[in-house]
Amino acid sequence: MSSAIDSIERRQLRQGLPRFGPGDRVRVHFQVVEGSRRRTQVFEGIVLRRQGSGARETFTVRKQSFGVSVERTFPLHSPKIEKLEVAARGDVRRAKLYYLRGRTGKAARVAERRWGIDEELVSAPTAAAEPEAVDAEGATQEEIETAEAQEATEGEEATEGEEAATGDSGEGSA
Amino acid sequence: MAAILGKKLGMTQVFREDGSVVPVTVIEAGPCKVTAVRDGERDGYAAVQLACGEIKEGKLTRAEAGHLKKAGAPPMRHLVEFRDEDLGAEEGPKVGDDVTVSSFEAGQKVKVSGVSIGKGFQGGIKRHNFSQGPVSHGSHNVRAPGSIGASASPARVFKGTRMPGQMGAKRVTQRGLEVADVDAERNLLLIKGSVPGSRNAVVEVRTDG
Repeated sequence: MSSAIDSIERRQLRQGLPRFGPGDRVRVHFQVVEGSRRRTQVFEGIVLRRQGSGARETFTVRKQSFGVSVERTFPLHSPKIEKLEVAARGDVRRAKLYYLRGRTGKAARVAERRWGIDEELVSAPTAAAEPEAVDAEGATQEEIETAEAQEATEGEEATEGEEAATGDSGEGSA
Repeated sequence: MAAILGKKLGMTQVFREDGSVVPVTVIEAGPCKVTAVRDGERDGYAAVQLACGEIKEGKLTRAEAGHLKKAGAPPMRHLVEFRDEDLGAEEGPKVGDDVTVSSFEAGQKVKVSGVSIGKGFQGGIKRHNFSQGPVSHGSHNVRAPGSIGASASPARVFKGTRMPGQMGAKRVTQRGLEVADVDAERNLLLIKGSVPGSRNAVVEVRTDG
């Protein structure tokens, strides 16, 4: 790739995104524009895949909505994503969870991972934190760090809430 | 009116301010030198000639080197004339002028010309979007072109009948493209959508309409 294209892409990378992968349950706060109004929609589901690299990377989230499975693909670095929360970590052995598509009900669940969570929730700087992408002002760097810290704490709270939620759904389907 | 010569670097995508994704082609354009101005009285047509692409001086013939030297241009690889182009200057273009990407602005409509990617000798299906024949029941008409005309009258095949042949590697102009962004600092033009040519190919960018 030419260096010019590389720098165009690197400029668009977002910092402070949480680390997540296939199998994780995420909550995507996505901006929706209706006419002149804009509001935030939350799309919560299991990450089916991450695809692509750099600024072109996307991830697909699958969820059940009124008994129908819905999949939605988001550009990872899209400015429309206001917030990205990791609600739970999934214990999966594959990068692409296409096998979930053929399954329904209990079989379509992903086991929650209970190991190696604490150190991961503190989101490590991504590939974006290369010299060129970092802003010159120290202020912005601090802001990013605080944002990361916030997101990490919110993620932990969300995990607790999620455990309760999965318990509920288990009863419902039984 | 504006025109510039550039090198196609490849494609990527950018996010607009409203968050939508725009596919763009990145063109490294200019700065070009005006190396000649043709006018209707002397040359019979109006045009400007631009030069781009650095090269070692020793690789140029003495005639080429002299022509560039007259315009005060460094040794350049490519010379292209743009017909009926005034480059947006008030009193017309002058030899030795610099042309940069700042003569374009985001949102502008442009047309881009280049030599398309060569596909080699191709059959009618790939080259002209012919449909395939039946593949079963003993058919041998699978990728054949079918009828190429009538019989005893006219007793020949009309010129221009679409048939297999060389595909691509010829000059193509894509019109109605939109400039997504201009990076004057690094001489980059971001054009929405695809443009003809392979990576590192020379492309001409002109305002459209």
